[in-house]
Amino acid sequence: MNGSFYVGALELAAGAVLVCAVITLWRRQIRTIVTMLRLQGVALAVVAGVLAWHEHDLGLAFTALLVLAVKGGLVPWLLRRVVRHDPRSRETAPLMNVPSSLVAAAILIVVSYIVTSKLTDLAPSGATRLVPIGVATVLVGYFMLVTRRRAVSQIVGLLLVDNGIALVTFLLTSGVPLIVELGSTLDVLLVVVVLQVLVVNANAQHGSFESDEMRELRD
Amino acid sequence: MLCVLALAFPLVAGVIALAMPWRAWIGWVSALSAAGVLGVGIALCVEASSGTATTALHGGLRADSLSSFMVVVIGCVSLLATLQTPRVMGREIAERATTPRHASLYVLLMQAFITCMLAAVLAANLGVLWVAVEATTIATTFLVSHNRTKKAFEASWKYVVLCSVGIALAFFGTVLMYFAALHSGVGAPHSASLNWTALMAMAPHLNHGVMRLALALLVLGYGTKVGLAPTHSWLADAHSQAPAPVSALMSGVLLTVAFYALLRCKAIADAALGPAFPRALFLVVGLLSLLVAAALLIAQRDLKRMLAYSSVEHMGLLALGAAAGSSLAISAVLLHMLGHGLTKSTLFISSGEIAHAEGTTEMAKVTALLARRPVLGGIFGCGLVALLGLPPFSLFISEFAMARAEVDAGLWWVVALSLLCLSVIFVSITNHARHLLLGAASSRPMVLNARSVAVPLVSALVVCAFIGVVSWPLLTLLHAAAHVVA
Repeated sequence: MNGSFYVGALELAAGAVLVCAVITLWRRQIRTIVTMLRLQGVALAVVAGVLAWHEHDLGLAFTALLVLAVKGGLVPWLLRRVVRHDPRSRETAPLMNVPSSLVAAAILIVVSYIVTSKLTDLAPSGATRLVPIGVATVLVGYFMLVTRRRAVSQIVGLLLVDNGIALVTFLLTSGVPLIVELGSTLDVLLVVVVLQVLVVNANAQHGSFESDEMRELRD
Repeated sequence: MLCVLALAFPLVAGVIALAMPWRAWIGWVSALSAAGVLGVGIALCVEASSGTATTALHGGLRADSLSSFMVVVIGCVSLLATLQTPRVMGREIAERATTPRHASLYVLLMQAFITCMLAAVLAANLGVLWVAVEATTIATTFLVSHNRTKKAFEASWKYVVLCSVGIALAFFGTVLMYFAALHSGVGAPHSASLNWTALMAMAPHLNHGVMRLALALLVLGYGTKVGLAPTHSWLADAHSQAPAPVSALMSGVLLTVAFYALLRCKAIADAALGPAFPRALFLVVGLLSLLVAAALLIAQRDLKRMLAYSSVEHMGLLALGAAAGSSLAISAVLLHMLGHGLTKSTLFISSGEIAHAEGTTEMAKVTALLARRPVLGGIFGCGLVALLGLPPFSLFISEFAMARAEVDAGLWWVVALSLLCLSVIFVSITNHARHLLLGAASSRPMVLNARSVAVPLVSALVVCAFIGVVSWPLLTLLHAAAHVVA
């Protein structure tokens, strides 16, 4: 593959991952947020695919397909089912309003460029230059986890953290060994299944299940 | 071969629970599989004592003396916890608190949980170790919410979210370690670079900046699962809501399995960075955990939450011991893992019996246990004596040895601070126990008529006291295991 095209495609796909993350902070409709997660999963698969093409790595190509199937397909589908079971979670309920969330996201992106300089210095290349984008996605995910109150928003935050780490993994090391990749993707899928079952069961038994109502256990 | 066998026991028991409709004997199958694991663990220890590591599945599983020791710890505590299954599930079905289907699911998840822990300690690859530790979270979620109350759902939700997010950081750290290994300049096959032996061999060549970041992420990440401060908050919720045998298994071994992962990572970081940076990290989280535990134990009202915070305390002690890092310190850390596992699971199981008999876990509502229920109260009291680190139980000698190793490493101020926290904890727990256990009986004493509760718990305490006095079968094993990571 042509060198500049390779870098361009990688930059575009990695950029899309971060843009999707920021849009999840911006929009309030959970439907839109789930769509963004689906796009993010696809962009992540594209990153892995481009790298696999560039390095002629068959294992990584397989990983790209796996990511496409799980993060671009199964996980968003499961999230839709959570939303359907829990009518209250159609809208997000942020503790911090949207404009300030976006400002915070901008700050987090700058921070991630500063903290990752050590990593990019060790092996400067077209791919590792993009690592701050992955770290920024992780930080945006954490931000979402602490500032959103709906159960679904928390799952979304968790998935953003996970996608960000996956992006860093692809960019830094062209993915981890296949068995680890398989295991970690399966773990993510199972976590989402488990969370979905929890929401559905708790709703069925106790009427509602929202993280802002979880005040019973404390010291 | 032995490694595969260790994983096969709980897997087969799980499949049986999945395939058969619920019968009381399925509970006994799960106990039998735990006994099998314990047996395999002892066999692995005997093999590892010759100094060679057993491998299986093309090097995917590897049991050196440290892993073998962990298998024994898992086997012991699993046996204690699964021996309760037939009785507890039978009782719950009789009281219509659960259905036969959920009882089968309980056995299946218990076995899956044990399999994941075994896979974690037997994995040769740090990435697979991570996958297995994360899988323990998935396996235990529905065990935590087994009682299906609103509180139980809340606890398991917080547990999954916090642990998954925390452990994602550990994955980040693992990836960074892999990145450092790929760029170490030492020729290693691409896919083998996360193998423990390969990483130890190339440790001196790993990039310092990347390794510092990696270790910090690993300590925070696995630290969440260990229950170290500042991310300990899931622990009290999950342990207080889960059925007693599950709490026993989680507190007794799950935390120490995650700590085992930290020990492995710390050994690599020690070789790469020198001892100063890893020691500082472990000291910070260790002391913070002790402080948090001491603060929250003073006014604790719930019996199971008290035990959970005591786990935070003991994990903090392990972190301080690991910070000292000498061979003596690591031996003591390992002995402490075993002693804590036996004691804490005894306490959790007996607290479950107390909760069932009294109908509450609020300590203010329970009193004069020794007079009213002499056997149960006696077991609980002895367990607390062991937990507080009094002789002859093994926690006394391991805490003493850790303090000794810390002083040897020049960390006397750490010993002073931790003793301060320990004395606060000692007074708090004795104060709670005084109210709980002592007092005059208002009714006739009730003798516990379930031998299946008393016999295993008393034997666990006897074993704990035995290894506290006689170091005979363990000493060489502990030294060999400590040598792996010290």
